[in-house]
Amino acid sequence: MEITLTLNGKNIRAQIAPDTLLLDFLRQQGCLSVKRGCETSNCGLCTVFLDEKPVLSCGVLAARAAGHQVQTLEGLQSEAEEFVGFIADQGAEQCGFCNPGFVMNTIALLRQNPDPTDDEIRAFLAGNLCRCSGYEGQLRGIRAYLDWKKRGGADCGE
Amino acid sequence: MLSIGQYVRAQSLEEAYTLCQKKSSVVLGGMLWLKMQDRTVGTAIDLCELGLEGIEETEEEFRIGAMTSLRALETHPGLAAYTRGAMARCLGSIVGVQFRNLATIGGSLYGRFGFSDPLTLLLALGARVELYHRGVVSLEEFAALPYERDILVRVILPKEAQGAVYLSQRNTATDFPVLTFAAVCRPGGLACAVGARPGKAKLFWDEEKILAGGINPDSARRFGQWLAGQVPFGSDLRAGAEYRRKICEVLARRALLELAKEV
Amino acid sequence: MENKNFKTVGQPLRKKDAMALLLGKPAYLDDVTPRDCLVVKVLRSPYAHALIEEIDASVALKVPGMVAVYTYRDVPQKRFTMAGQTAPEPSPYDRLILDKRVRFVGDAVAILAGESEAAVNKAIKLVKVRYQVLEPVLDMHTAKDNPILVHPEENWRSLCPVGSDNKRNLCASETSGDGDVEAVLAGCDEVVEHTYRTQACQQAMMETFRTYTEMDPYGRLHVVSSTQIVFHLRRILANALDIPRSRIHVEKPRIGGGFGAKQTVVAEVYPALVTWKTGRPAKMIYTRQECQTAGSPRHEMEVRVRLGAMRDGSIRALDVYTLSNTGAYGEHGPTTVGLSGHKSIPLYTGGLEAYRFSYDVVYTNVQAAGAYRGYGATQGIFAVESAVNELAARLEMDPVELRKKNMVREGQTMPAYYNEVAGACALDRCMDRCAQLFDWEKKFPVREMGDGKVRAAGVAMAMQGSGISGVDVGSATVKLSDDGFYNLTIGAADMGTGCDTILAQMVAECMDCRLEDVAVFGADTDASPYDSGSYASSTTYVTGKAVEKACLELKEKICALAAGMLGCQPEQVEFAGRAVRRLDGKGEVSLAQIADRSMCGNGLALQATCSHSSPISPPPFMVGMVEIELDRETGSVRPLNYVAVVDCGTPINPNLARVQTEGGLVQGIGMALYEGVTYTPQGKILEDSFMQYKIPTRLDMGRLRVEFESSYEKTGPFGAKSIGEIVINTPAPALAHAIYRATGVWHRRLPITPEKILMGMEEK
Repeated sequence: MEITLTLNGKNIRAQIAPDTLLLDFLRQQGCLSVKRGCETSNCGLCTVFLDEKPVLSCGVLAARAAGHQVQTLEGLQSEAEEFVGFIADQGAEQCGFCNPGFVMNTIALLRQNPDPTDDEIRAFLAGNLCRCSGYEGQLRGIRAYLDWKKRGGADCGE
Repeated sequence: MLSIGQYVRAQSLEEAYTLCQKKSSVVLGGMLWLKMQDRTVGTAIDLCELGLEGIEETEEEFRIGAMTSLRALETHPGLAAYTRGAMARCLGSIVGVQFRNLATIGGSLYGRFGFSDPLTLLLALGARVELYHRGVVSLEEFAALPYERDILVRVILPKEAQGAVYLSQRNTATDFPVLTFAAVCRPGGLACAVGARPGKAKLFWDEEKILAGGINPDSARRFGQWLAGQVPFGSDLRAGAEYRRKICEVLARRALLELAKEV
Repeated sequence: MENKNFKTVGQPLRKKDAMALLLGKPAYLDDVTPRDCLVVKVLRSPYAHALIEEIDASVALKVPGMVAVYTYRDVPQKRFTMAGQTAPEPSPYDRLILDKRVRFVGDAVAILAGESEAAVNKAIKLVKVRYQVLEPVLDMHTAKDNPILVHPEENWRSLCPVGSDNKRNLCASETSGDGDVEAVLAGCDEVVEHTYRTQACQQAMMETFRTYTEMDPYGRLHVVSSTQIVFHLRRILANALDIPRSRIHVEKPRIGGGFGAKQTVVAEVYPALVTWKTGRPAKMIYTRQECQTAGSPRHEMEVRVRLGAMRDGSIRALDVYTLSNTGAYGEHGPTTVGLSGHKSIPLYTGGLEAYRFSYDVVYTNVQAAGAYRGYGATQGIFAVESAVNELAARLEMDPVELRKKNMVREGQTMPAYYNEVAGACALDRCMDRCAQLFDWEKKFPVREMGDGKVRAAGVAMAMQGSGISGVDVGSATVKLSDDGFYNLTIGAADMGTGCDTILAQMVAECMDCRLEDVAVFGADTDASPYDSGSYASSTTYVTGKAVEKACLELKEKICALAAGMLGCQPEQVEFAGRAVRRLDGKGEVSLAQIADRSMCGNGLALQATCSHSSPISPPPFMVGMVEIELDRETGSVRPLNYVAVVDCGTPINPNLARVQTEGGLVQGIGMALYEGVTYTPQGKILEDSFMQYKIPTRLDMGRLRVEFESSYEKTGPFGAKSIGEIVINTPAPALAHAIYRATGVWHRRLPITPEKILMGMEEK
């Protein structure tokens, strides 16, 4: 079947099978930041935005996304870049495989709640598994970024 | 692997209903459980264009479209106020935000899963479901029905409760529950639902009038003991029946005491 | 303490690839290998033990797009091991790529290759197999000398004297010791004797096992794999396919986590066989379910400890017996078990008069185990540290004081650790600092919080090694390139740990340049100097030393070339980072000029390759303390605070060392509390997905606080030891201790679930 959708701001028309998952479709479209970590919608690695909301792209049919807006980390590079430097400054990226999903969901959180508490951060990101970092460095990085923003964004985290 | 022959966005409930009469058809909810199954679906019916997404609040009730996401319920201010936070507590432990943005209330309830948090709370809240063919039935009745080829259109939540408390026991924060418990003050008395027994949630009333004299530490304890004796429990990977019975007593007592503080 | 005025070493610098990874740039196997290749999948056994009587793929092959189906008839009949170890491998040669006998639920039955995933998925259901179902050996207690044999075959082979005997289901067996344990135990006031059980935890790295293979223009098998061990992989594939090693070229891209899982050749043989037979590119990507059921998890172990002590708390004897379950195949079976004693007993070298350590490693019909961070030490330390905590409770002594009385100290010879000397050991300082940071005195007493909740604390120590002494080889090539930048080429594998960066930091330190001036490449069997690979906590200590040596050698070559340019002898110049200067002040040449000169009319390669191997494996040490809140009415445990103080020698990059520690702590918490492994009576694993196998989320681990108390290891690069593995070892015993404090019940079997806690209290 044929679908059209907006992917990272561009209109896309594509042929898909009815059972193609959005995750696989996006990787076919070259959005290789979208990762698969499980088959049971438990890991958060495949997080993308569907009409601005963070969703698991492994749980959405590509057919269902037809007519909607989809964004992946490829389309949010500049928004992400500012923030992720603070994660890099903690060394909390580690193997990096969970990073795109984590970064996407953190962006979603901060768009909704620009000044979250630590507990709010933990709760919102609970669906993003990471096996390397132990999570604490990710939290330190987010916290450092928010503090930097509060200070007016001077002295970039380089 | 899930394989799907064709994908159809139904243009009317009638069309969806007609299409789903075929055994190989399936109505898509959030798809989260469906996609884990190894099955071949002839027609996948999507209700996304039928305007079934959204929560409508009137003086008497909430009308929740079947395609409304769990996340929308979790963050709805009206539901939060009405359930005194129980709705968010009920849904907030389900996997993660991205999962709850996909999972629909219609899909959650239609499945009548044993582990369902929302089935537990909505049962205690006295919700009704509107089915396209069968019409409106109480959730309690629906939970007991066999799986029929019908379309769950919306959930109707009458505003009759005077307070609600939701508790669950989990081995990890976002795992399936080992036990779910909801207590709601309804006009007919205290309604309790116990789920993840591990069977699907069941509704209980204070039949013995243990709480007739009000909720206090002693009556709450006695009610918990009585209730734990009423509920059929089983064992699964997460816990045994005996453990569930013990914590049912605890959750019931704690929930009642919390409820007593509210009302 | 040695000179610690380092410029780049010791700095919390960003990982070189951090921004690319965080921004989701294509870097991993499935991102950088072609999509257009054969999809490879494995049909797996539904039985724990069976013989394939008949297998018919004719219908499966008719599915449009199917290219090949291979069965046990199509593979070489020479047995090999998938364990990534230095040859001759201690792990027995007990595998075929496909065997007529299947030995666990999930064992490979057939390999399918097709043009699309859909075709292979369809075909896999159409392979007809008739099994002769056999009774399995599922209980590790009855495996030894069981009449049912997991490996009855005559061509089973053990290459090393590890006490193995396939006709007894024995993968390894040994006893070692020092002094007369029975006599010392007999003279002790107290003997704590208990058995502790740990489960076959999964590494659960986020990127599953995956490999891409193709034939290159030279007719060689080009293998791109998510692996920690490119060189071992080359040898193992050559063994498995029975082809010359010269015909194989292995490289690794970025790796999405390893933790030891990718120290075993789990997925590689399947696409390799397909490509070798068909000549076509092929890719295999493990599902999470395959990872959980046909991966290479931790060895399930049961460790019996007999600990003898006097009333004053002096620990005099330790007798440890470990029963280890290697499952259906022996990967890492003979070696992991050794650490359960050799990395637990030496912690109490202090006044220890005698020890004995013996073990059996048995075959059973469950998923084969492998290497997982901690590698047996984790299991042994859970047992010994728990026994020490039990002793403290029995003697009503503060467990911190008890440890201070008995712990190993710098300069002591450790009989249970191959008589190595603890040359650099800050364990005592770790304990003091940890107690201070954690506020042990205030938090150790059990505190009632109301509504059935109590807070309590627990403690544990740990050690590990730094590489395998006398075995591991680390190598590095350092080259001066145009403009005066350096290329560092390694065979070690950065699996997210940051070794590319820390080894580059060492180059920057040695060559007095910036981190940006060092480009890192690895690992590739054709291009990299030989390295055993990244495992056994070896990369910083062993490969790091090779980097240091290579830099020294390169400096000499640079000076020699520069001396020629400056018209003097090499001993008349000095290396000054961005330039080489004449000592008499009469001129200098910049590094860029030297580099350019090296590329024109020059016969001296400005490149140095050095290898390093260490006769010793200096242990890092650490102390962990945990505070929990436990609900006595439901059994729920919430870790609140975990404080760890680590002596890894010099932390080369404190940020990366800290995050290594934090990650290890959370994995350890998962093992202690959440990660269950349950089998059906038929031997099938129930926790076969992330839906059932619950690794900790960020809501399940509390707050972490990590500090370093550094010693200076003279034999390591810049005083460094290791950090990668030790960090997983303290949570299980510390949490079991805290749970005992809160409930009065010792839990000696992991994971300690709320149900076990509550029911344990009821039984008390």
